[in-house]
Amino acid sequence: MVPPAARVVVAAATEVAEGASSMRFPIIVVTGLMVVASAGLTAVSEAAVLPEERIDVMYHYYDGGGITVEGPSVLVRKQFGESFSVQGKYHVDTISGASIDVITTASPYREERTEIAGTVDYLRGDTLLSFGVVRSDENDYKGRSFNIGVSQEVFAAMTTLSMGYVRGSDEIGRTGEPDFLEELDRHSWRLGVTQVVTRNMLAELSFETITDKGFLNNPYRQVRYLDPEPGRGYSFQPEVYPRRRTSNAVALRTRYHLPYRAAVHAEYRYFSDDWGIDAHAARIGYTHATLPRLILDIQYRYYTQGAADFWSDLYPFRSAQNFLARDKELSRYDSHAVRLGVSYDLLRSRMAFIERGTVNFVYDWITADYRDFRDLRVSAESPGEEPTYSLSANVFQLYFSFWF
Amino acid sequence: MPLRLQRTLVVAAVCMIAGCAGIEPWVQPYERDRLADPIMSFERDPVSAAYLQKLYDIREGARGATGGAGGGCGCN
Repeated sequence: MVPPAARVVVAAATEVAEGASSMRFPIIVVTGLMVVASAGLTAVSEAAVLPEERIDVMYHYYDGGGITVEGPSVLVRKQFGESFSVQGKYHVDTISGASIDVITTASPYREERTEIAGTVDYLRGDTLLSFGVVRSDENDYKGRSFNIGVSQEVFAAMTTLSMGYVRGSDEIGRTGEPDFLEELDRHSWRLGVTQVVTRNMLAELSFETITDKGFLNNPYRQVRYLDPEPGRGYSFQPEVYPRRRTSNAVALRTRYHLPYRAAVHAEYRYFSDDWGIDAHAARIGYTHATLPRLILDIQYRYYTQGAADFWSDLYPFRSAQNFLARDKELSRYDSHAVRLGVSYDLLRSRMAFIERGTVNFVYDWITADYRDFRDLRVSAESPGEEPTYSLSANVFQLYFSFWF
Repeated sequence: MPLRLQRTLVVAAVCMIAGCAGIEPWVQPYERDRLADPIMSFERDPVSAAYLQKLYDIREGARGATGGAGGGCGCN
């Protein structure tokens, strides 16, 4: 007999499989394996748990590439009874300054983004079901999405299988042009396996495929092409992206607890899409928790990607291709990031309704070296000989966390 | 993603789950104290993890597979 948990997985899997024709084979097979595992192994599994009750209040600050982004972020998770947990999130990005794109093409930039999200988790036996909605608003961009997920502990809770689906519907406008309105639909399917490897080691394998359909451009960004008319030797025209994109990513993460209270972690992710972008991301880190009340984190991340097939820093003439892009995010580049984090225990059980509290400070230093995207703030003898652009960013997070 | 990689993933999942079905759990619940330590969490502070993930997503061409399966410890 198939247990209730497995039937839930079947229902979710059917919806997933109907939407992703290109990924139908692996999704159905892996989902089937999850069902078999759920049916056969729940007898030896242990109870899953709801997300912990906590409040996080954060101030974040990003300074890099000529812009600053800052604002608050608040997350609240609260349980109701033995089976339900509700999560609410409020996040604001206030943007100021002028990026390299604004400076070189005089395009406007977004000023503020507000995100509100809510999630409900339902626990039944070894199965955790979740449903969430996200609403994101800017003056020229509205994002709406919902997500559903299910995770199942099996094999005496040594293995956690999970799958999720996200559907997003965005509306894109352009400041100063009230008649400009474009739409973007997004579907995302996720599969994950978390495994207890040894009494000191955890591993997680994740897979996600995302499909987009609609307006994928940035409505303000321009591409440049050779044009002898202006004295500088080139002109600009609006970029043109394909209206579809499908991407796949697979990642493996591990964490290992050392003989003393510390942990090392490593991660690798491979990404590929049908625009021709391949990317690799690798991360290693160390967490040290032997000092009284202090947890220290240090981490290094490396990222490299190739360019989209239709990308060019300088096209030979106007409308040289059916698709045109000069976004540096779609170009060939490498990035390095170093993180330092400190978490300090403020209190433990000193108040009746709060079990624990921490204050946390995290600093990230990120650099990006673009291989083909050229810095047009620097003039050159002829177009295409400008130096390539590089970026350095400082990212700060200060947040308080309370568990209750 | 190349078809070969997709097949490899499926085969890996088959082996993982088939393997689980035939053998006993090798880490007992009472042996998972270290795995239950918060420093072993893949997402220790969700508000920070979400912020940093968003920061990378909007500045990089790659996206997805950012984890979130959670659990796996069975310590509670």
